[in-house]
Amino acid sequence: MRPSWFLALPLIGACATAGAKPATQAPVPSAAETTSVQRPQYSSTYRRHPSPPVVIRNATILTATGQEIAGGSILFRDGRIVSVGTTVEAPADAVVVDGTGKYVTPGIIDDHSHLGVYAAPGTDAESDGNEDTNPVTAEVWAEHSFWPQDPQIPLAIAGGITTIQALPGSANLIGGRSAILKLVPARTVQEMKFPGAPYGLKMACGENPKRVYHSRGPSTRMGNMAGYRAAFIQAEGYRQRWDKWDRTHQGDPPQRDLRLESLADVLRGKILVQNHCYRADEMAQMLDLAHEFGFRIRSFHHAVEAYKIADLLAREGTAASVWADWWGFKEEAMDGIHENAALVQAAGGRVVIHSDSPSGIQRLNQEAGKAMQAGNRAGLPVTRDQAVRWITANPAWVLGIDSIVGTLEPGKMADVVVWSTDPFSVYAKALQVYNDGWLVYDRSDPTHQPRTDFELGQVPAPGGDR
Amino acid sequence: MIAYLLAQTIAITGGTVYPVSGPKIEHATVLIRDGRIAAVGTDVAVPADATRIDAAGKWITPGFIDGGGQMGLVEIGAVGATREARMDGDTIAAAFNVAEGVNPASQLIPVTRVEGITTTLAAPGGHLVSGQAILLDLDGATIEQMLVKSPVGIVVDLSESGKDEGGGSRAAVAQHLRSAFRDALEYERRRVDFNRGQIEPLAASEADLEALLPVLHGQLPLIAIANRRSDIATALRLAREFKFHLILAGAQEAWEVAGDIAAAGVPVLVEPLDNIPSYDALGVRYENAATLARAGIKVVLLENDTHNSRNLRQQAGNAVSYGLPWDQALRAITLTPAEVFGVADRYGSLEVGKVANVVVWSGDPFEFSTGVEHVYIRGREIPLTSRQRELLERYRHLPPAY
Repeated sequence: MRPSWFLALPLIGACATAGAKPATQAPVPSAAETTSVQRPQYSSTYRRHPSPPVVIRNATILTATGQEIAGGSILFRDGRIVSVGTTVEAPADAVVVDGTGKYVTPGIIDDHSHLGVYAAPGTDAESDGNEDTNPVTAEVWAEHSFWPQDPQIPLAIAGGITTIQALPGSANLIGGRSAILKLVPARTVQEMKFPGAPYGLKMACGENPKRVYHSRGPSTRMGNMAGYRAAFIQAEGYRQRWDKWDRTHQGDPPQRDLRLESLADVLRGKILVQNHCYRADEMAQMLDLAHEFGFRIRSFHHAVEAYKIADLLAREGTAASVWADWWGFKEEAMDGIHENAALVQAAGGRVVIHSDSPSGIQRLNQEAGKAMQAGNRAGLPVTRDQAVRWITANPAWVLGIDSIVGTLEPGKMADVVVWSTDPFSVYAKALQVYNDGWLVYDRSDPTHQPRTDFELGQVPAPGGDR
Repeated sequence: MIAYLLAQTIAITGGTVYPVSGPKIEHATVLIRDGRIAAVGTDVAVPADATRIDAAGKWITPGFIDGGGQMGLVEIGAVGATREARMDGDTIAAAFNVAEGVNPASQLIPVTRVEGITTTLAAPGGHLVSGQAILLDLDGATIEQMLVKSPVGIVVDLSESGKDEGGGSRAAVAQHLRSAFRDALEYERRRVDFNRGQIEPLAASEADLEALLPVLHGQLPLIAIANRRSDIATALRLAREFKFHLILAGAQEAWEVAGDIAAAGVPVLVEPLDNIPSYDALGVRYENAATLARAGIKVVLLENDTHNSRNLRQQAGNAVSYGLPWDQALRAITLTPAEVFGVADRYGSLEVGKVANVVVWSGDPFEFSTGVEHVYIRGREIPLTSRQRELLERYRHLPPAY
């Protein structure tokens, strides 16, 4: 909660300079000097992969900034976008990609994924998404479930995904912290953690939490609400005790409580609430809850009835992270309509198309295209730029990383996808995916098609036989 | 018979017609009379009393046929009270025909047909032998009016999910099925002894054994869900042993044994957007449909999510992206399923005499930018309305006018 980040630096330095010498253990500050709360809390060890500069020429560039550039070029180097436009100077050592007939977008961001926490194959042993032992488990962190060798990860990369929010499941009222991850091949989740990204907190309304607990937890929607309120009442007191102690350092520090630590950081605005919620009336209840405790709900996820309160969502500044067309699998999903995204857009709301699915994450471009065209046919025009934002800039905002990724602008991280054609066509495929300037996927080059350990020897390589 | 009474003469003129049974025809007319296709071509005389539909610039195809799902048998996935596709308590549920479970008032039907899907398989699920699948047109006030064919096949589950009731082992699944098939034939030979109780207990009830006989006499296909390459081989082996007509469903690793499937002349029902590895099929991949088609196998495409059966269009488009030629993808959701389900004399193409299931599209039917302009089922123009479209209109302007 109050990590002293500077302490992390000597540790990283020790690792980086270890070289080929025999490993020695890095020194740990003695318990007498610091307490756990003052030490680094599960730091990111993400490092940019060294890559040559790349210039993509003569493509249609969808920047997600309101600008669409025909016959455009984009140059990126050292993981940063250098320039975007119709005339782009490139250094002599730049790799030149012919974008003729191709489209370029920012890397796709899925703000609702369970990759790695519900890994494939879907066995009990790999089912790590719902800590359904208590209706409030704000103390659990999705990154501690995440398996970097999930074979679904390369499939998502091939769909143009560069960043995900990996979330706990929806069995609980408060399910735990999410992990914001760069979708790159890695040995550890720490190597994937998006540097500087805030945590999200998964909350869930409606049928799921009230179904799971019955006699030992909420069994009604009113029980759900009482459960959130009780948790945040505790968190208020916890926050006050710690904030006071941080100011005064008088007496012993308060007893650390991981559950309340997460909730207190929601109250401080440091952790962003990601709220699974289907029905319009329940979303309105959750906004009341947020007002009661003084926090913001960053996005309602699934939100199949967002269109019924699109005006309210726009006023509150809460995003709607929705599917293009899922409906009917349960009662609270019965009123899902194709035009949900377009109606929220038309009301001035912030739309995200999310997947919640290892299959859907591979074609968020198609899902956005479907939702865009449904709007267009219904007389709710959606521009291609708006639809690109639904899967790039808007989810970047939901995750609190929109100053770093989500658009193609100079200075932004070079998360870039080259598409075979208009990405909103059913026939579009990601040809190349650059993550932080690194060519992590190239459809025409098997040496740039990452495979997890799991796949080796048991899942035939793309295009190959057993 | 309301649909037939309302049927009239309709001329869809000037569009590009994809009859599927032959090459596309530009600037052609499709004439519908009394629920059937009366003429297709560029020199069709339009009767004076015909309702004319100007389809210049439009694409006209047969109504799409979804080779999977549980249409009419499920309303709300999580609500057991609305699910009808599984019979409890019978491992060999061969006699269980889902037809009388179909709800013609299901909200899924309008939602699906306004997107150009006019006909669908409705299949039972669960158990080792799940029951009898049927084929439905998505129009009609009664089950009888909706039925195209019943049964079209008996569904068995040779995949991982069939194992629990098969004895916990794939080997036991095959053994159970062999016992049921043998006992059905034994039952047929010794009906008299059976009725007198002078026979050892058999592997299934009398009704279920009786229901398996058309399969064992080659009159009704066995639709076997099998994903792992070895399970597909088991299905082919059983078909050889008992000489039944096999249809493979799911078939995720079928691409690995395409030659064997082609040699056996077995058609395959596949979902193109299926590539999440499981221990049932680590080799599942997007190229499955295209690989099978290249081997000369009859391929039918399906959408497993019944609520989004409308995404059959997207499935077909993605099959094209991963190698299936466009014309073959169209055939895989029209004429091929009609052939595989035994209704190609009436369904699947725009040919004179066939049932008038016809869709007028604004463009390529697989593209998201394309809309449905007209849908005809058995010659009746389907109103392009659904509960979802009513919700759209109610909430188009906020607050809604209740």
